[in-house]
Amino acid sequence: MNAASGQFGLLLAAVLFCLGMVGVLVRRNVIFILLSIEIMLNAAGLAFVTAGALWRQPDGQVMFIFILAMAAAEVSLGLAIVVRLFYRFKTVDVDAAARMRG
Amino acid sequence: MDTFLYMAGGLAVLSTVLVIASTSAVPALLYFIVSLLSNALIFYLFGAPFAAVLEVIIYAGAIMVLFIFVMMMLNLGSEAKRQERGWLQPRGWIGPVLLAAVLLGEIFFVLYRQDLPGGVAGVVGAKQVGMALFGPYFIAVELASLLLLAGLVGACHLAGKASEGEEKGEKRP
Repeated sequence: MNAASGQFGLLLAAVLFCLGMVGVLVRRNVIFILLSIEIMLNAAGLAFVTAGALWRQPDGQVMFIFILAMAAAEVSLGLAIVVRLFYRFKTVDVDAAARMRG
Repeated sequence: MDTFLYMAGGLAVLSTVLVIASTSAVPALLYFIVSLLSNALIFYLFGAPFAAVLEVIIYAGAIMVLFIFVMMMLNLGSEAKRQERGWLQPRGWIGPVLLAAVLLGEIFFVLYRQDLPGGVAGVVGAKQVGMALFGPYFIAVELASLLLLAGLVGACHLAGKASEGEEKGEKRP
């Protein structure tokens, strides 16, 4: 692992994160928004693993495992909310749920 | 080895662009799985084989199965059969399959050439990760398990019994 591939890994993580952010901002389908959030989390994990590989320490992979656990919890909650949203509004468009009742 | 790294990175970016530009959900999921697999290959080339394995098992396995499960749940009705027949058409899966075939060839080349990724001393294996995880990061592991428990309880609560208005399926203003 040399510095060039480390730079490439961090650059790739930045590009993937920006793609995920564009997906969150552009798409209105809630499934795609969750997928874009997964892309962003994955890019963060890639940055951690790259940094850990640069210093040859296991800490990067440890943080990746925590990101993995967090992503699993987040996606289970998010998909439960999607199911509720679909049963209530009969659509997966987030703009249908733009107003709160309260 | 750098060539493989750049190829896998380009593949990851390409499939991610196809995910957020895709119009229907199942091809998007397939492209996202290709993106995750190329990420796993990048992890392997960086000398992090344990992270690569976890990426394939948990991300591309468990989390994507959750997504597919929810999408199958939401697609009930008369539309579903026609839609599923559409998914079996080659134009739905030929792109992800080609990208995954490139990845497969790449990993065969890497294994065939017996390149130790990152040099001999560069591999940080599962043993070191486990020693760090249950040594200095022990409290964080407990917190992660609490987080997973909270996610479980929350998902059970959210997906449980529907309230009055939702069961009739009426649309709220």
